[in-house]
Amino acid sequence: MLRLLLKRCLHGLLVLWVVATLTFLLLRIAPGGPFDSERKLPPEVIANLEAKYHLDEPVWQQYLRYMGGVVQGDLGPSYKYLDRGVTEIIAETLPTSIVLGGLAMLFAVLVAFPTGLFAAYFRNSFIDRCCMAIAALGISLPNFVLGALLIWAVALQLGWLQIGRWDDWSSVILPMITLGAAPTAFLASLLRSTLIETMSEDFVRTARAKGLKESMVIIKHALLHSLIPVLTVIGPLAAALLTGSFVVEYVFAIPGMGRFFITAVTDRDYPLIMGVTLVYTALLVCANLIVDLLYSFVDPRIRVE
Amino acid sequence: MDSPRKPFDLVIALSAVFVGLVFVAACLAPWIAPYALGGLEEKQMLQTPSLAHWLGTDGLGRDLLTRVLYGARVSLAVGLGTALISLLLGTSYGLVAGFKGGNWDHLMMRIVDIFYGLPDMLIFILLSLLFGRNIGGLLVALGLVSWVRFARIARGQVLQTKELLFVESARALGASRGRILLRHIMPNIVGPVIVTLTFSIPSAILAESTLSFIGIGINDPYSSWGTSWGTLAQDGYRAMRSYPHMIASPATAIFLTILSFNTLGNGLRDVLDPKQK
Repeated sequence: MLRLLLKRCLHGLLVLWVVATLTFLLLRIAPGGPFDSERKLPPEVIANLEAKYHLDEPVWQQYLRYMGGVVQGDLGPSYKYLDRGVTEIIAETLPTSIVLGGLAMLFAVLVAFPTGLFAAYFRNSFIDRCCMAIAALGISLPNFVLGALLIWAVALQLGWLQIGRWDDWSSVILPMITLGAAPTAFLASLLRSTLIETMSEDFVRTARAKGLKESMVIIKHALLHSLIPVLTVIGPLAAALLTGSFVVEYVFAIPGMGRFFITAVTDRDYPLIMGVTLVYTALLVCANLIVDLLYSFVDPRIRVE
Repeated sequence: MDSPRKPFDLVIALSAVFVGLVFVAACLAPWIAPYALGGLEEKQMLQTPSLAHWLGTDGLGRDLLTRVLYGARVSLAVGLGTALISLLLGTSYGLVAGFKGGNWDHLMMRIVDIFYGLPDMLIFILLSLLFGRNIGGLLVALGLVSWVRFARIARGQVLQTKELLFVESARALGASRGRILLRHIMPNIVGPVIVTLTFSIPSAILAESTLSFIGIGINDPYSSWGTSWGTLAQDGYRAMRSYPHMIASPATAIFLTILSFNTLGNGLRDVLDPKQK
């Protein structure tokens, strides 16, 4: 168990290092620079700026300097926000994104599990068809379209909620639904199909033969067994939530890390892009690590391997 | 397990029709569009749908139906182009990995795993910094992101197929490795690859329109190709408070296109690849 954990951690660190190196190189060879503006800067000014940010050094030296900083938790200065470092910007905006992503995940799990169970219980009935049709729509609905639709319907037409704010619990509702909708649809249909598949296994027949009620068969016997494929997709789903958060934060004007990332891309603020990329990767690595641990919790066979 | 779902056949047929319509719009946009692309009519700004302008006009007086029809070109080009690039790249990669096996396979799949775990959109944005924000750059970036899915599918299929008896007998008859790969293994992986292909088109369309919506997609507003649906939706989103019709048509076009391709993909999967569900 401890060995597995250690191995996974090392693998995660390796992924982080590969991503950091590749992104670093990619941003060095990308055309255009952070100091390209409409007004051409005099060469002396550019030289000064490059000296200030150590851009005049050879690439390997910049790389070592940057990696040295990363190890100490310093992600370098931002080219755009002159008085703030990247670490500072991320520290301010990351909690917002995590709250949003976490709530969306919670929403997805809380809605998808009952729906999937329900659909599997009443499989091939009218209710099941309706649930699955809604899920199919939900998977195909881009989150910016859903976000715009919700804003238009709930905020502008009905006037129930206000938008463009991020201060109390009510401003979280629409972004949470927007971000959580696709994962919900995906999880619900996955849970339904794995449950239905599990229902034809021998141990389920045994449980039925003992005279258990169908609902107990599903909840106590089939559900746990169906959790493994569901856990497998939690990692990719976390990735989907991360990328979804760029868009949702943009649509709802939420001051999270994703919105800063988009502005950083437009401004070519390379250190900020790099820093956010690293944080996203780290989050993802952690999510996968947790999923791996949950695995061995749900399925004892994995612990032995 | 699942009983055949009859009522959904109608849905699949409708999806096929809609995909056909998108193709027609993309190919024939200059001939079927009611107005010229980029034609401005100052007096016709921000009109709601009417007989003259079925979907209304935008803030510069451009006919929205025309813009949406032309937008189909961008979406389809991106969808098909990406699918083709990642098909070629990913399938050959997966074929080689699966066929070589052993350490090669292990190493090649480790690389795939690293790519697979990262958020598509993130790699995609980073690559678009490198390749520029035009349709070609976007295609390369998207292709480089989505090939891993093909690689995984192709490799898995090869691993399964190469142990089968007919491959063994071909080998016993002295067939070369290339011949075995092309004549005996390839035909057996075509089904799952086609299914993956059908699903990769809508995800490319989704990625492109999302990037354009947040303003970091294709940056070429006056292209003769037309404007991305994502960009149209962004324009509409900004004016949504007063002129909701502007976002309605591009958003619907994106949604229906993705939905149709996904539905077709599901239909194809049931036919071509019944094992995978």
